[in-house]
Amino acid sequence: MIEVKDDWCKGCNICIERCPVNALEESDRLNKKGIRPPQLKKNNECNDCRLCELLCPDLAISVISDKEVKKEDKKILLRPVGGTIK
Amino acid sequence: MVEIKTAEELNKKYLREGMWPTIFCNGCGIGVVLEYTLWAIEELGWDMDKVVFASGIGCSSRLPGYINADGLHTTHGRAIAFATGIKAANPDLNVVIFTGDGDCSGIGGNHFIHAARRNIDLTVIMVNNFVYGMTGGQSSPTAPIGSVATTAPYGNIEHPFDICGIAKALGANYVARWPVSHPYQPIKSVKEGLQKKGFSLLEFLAPCPTAYGRRNKLGDIKKLWKWYDDNTILIEDYEKTMNYGNEKEKEEIKNKIQIGVFQDIEKSGFFEEYEKLMMMLQEKKTTGEKK
Repeated sequence: MIEVKDDWCKGCNICIERCPVNALEESDRLNKKGIRPPQLKKNNECNDCRLCELLCPDLAISVISDKEVKKEDKKILLRPVGGTIK
Repeated sequence: MVEIKTAEELNKKYLREGMWPTIFCNGCGIGVVLEYTLWAIEELGWDMDKVVFASGIGCSSRLPGYINADGLHTTHGRAIAFATGIKAANPDLNVVIFTGDGDCSGIGGNHFIHAARRNIDLTVIMVNNFVYGMTGGQSSPTAPIGSVATTAPYGNIEHPFDICGIAKALGANYVARWPVSHPYQPIKSVKEGLQKKGFSLLEFLAPCPTAYGRRNKLGDIKKLWKWYDDNTILIEDYEKTMNYGNEKEKEEIKNKIQIGVFQDIEKSGFFEEYEKLMMMLQEKKTTGEKK
């Protein structure tokens, strides 16, 4: 997942150009300068390499690893049969 | 201490967010240099109250204004002279200087030379974009031969100033040059330069699409950023090819800009020597009194 500060983006498109897996594209929304900030493509191919974050001249992009986004823990309903051996 | 992982957290910790977005042009590399410096400081875990940023005049010299730390915006070319003063007054401070190519090699050239010669404990981050960008694109001393600028409309005929070469010759402790288009090597290099006692120079090749690219048929941002990939070569590769390559290979790389770490030595600095001298003289005085 990437987060873009829309109003800091100047539209140089270096993130789109330099992405090694070609996962970014221009979005449909406009910021207050009339520039289209980047967004992830629909089929998300981002591998969290953070190159766009490090290369952005305006420090506008943050890459947040999907692994860090908290998923709901599944509760185990079943208990192991046979008891515990001590 | 909370570990910082994303640029947003970095911004919150280090930047004066009210000043942002920057005034830099679209596609300018100076913001990237700031980012690399901040990541390096973050990895070192330095206290920002102990870091002072100094700068002269020019596009790159606006950087201290964007950082939430003490900064000094000084006269044209004199950033290193002011920084020497800061270091002399309070040696506990880590002084980082942001300076441009016109500021450092052109107008402040002599200050730079003598700070490197004395090996004063400073970190100079020189952002080299080949032009005086803020004043409209005059040719700077580092501009490559044949580049077009407002003061060189038919192409530059002066030989460029190799600022890393001169720093190396003057015995600076750490000398490196990197383009901004690859992040990890420069961040590591900035880290080493900041930690180094003595003079360390880090030259960054930053793209300037507005003042340099537009006049040199590189106005397209992607084209200009790619130009740096095509026209730079690692110093190790350069030396290998020059020693063992054939004529064709040598001809190909002859005019490319060398990048990498040029010098990494340990040499005592000016203030260390000064302290030693003081100690020696004081000892002499006390022993002399006893007699």
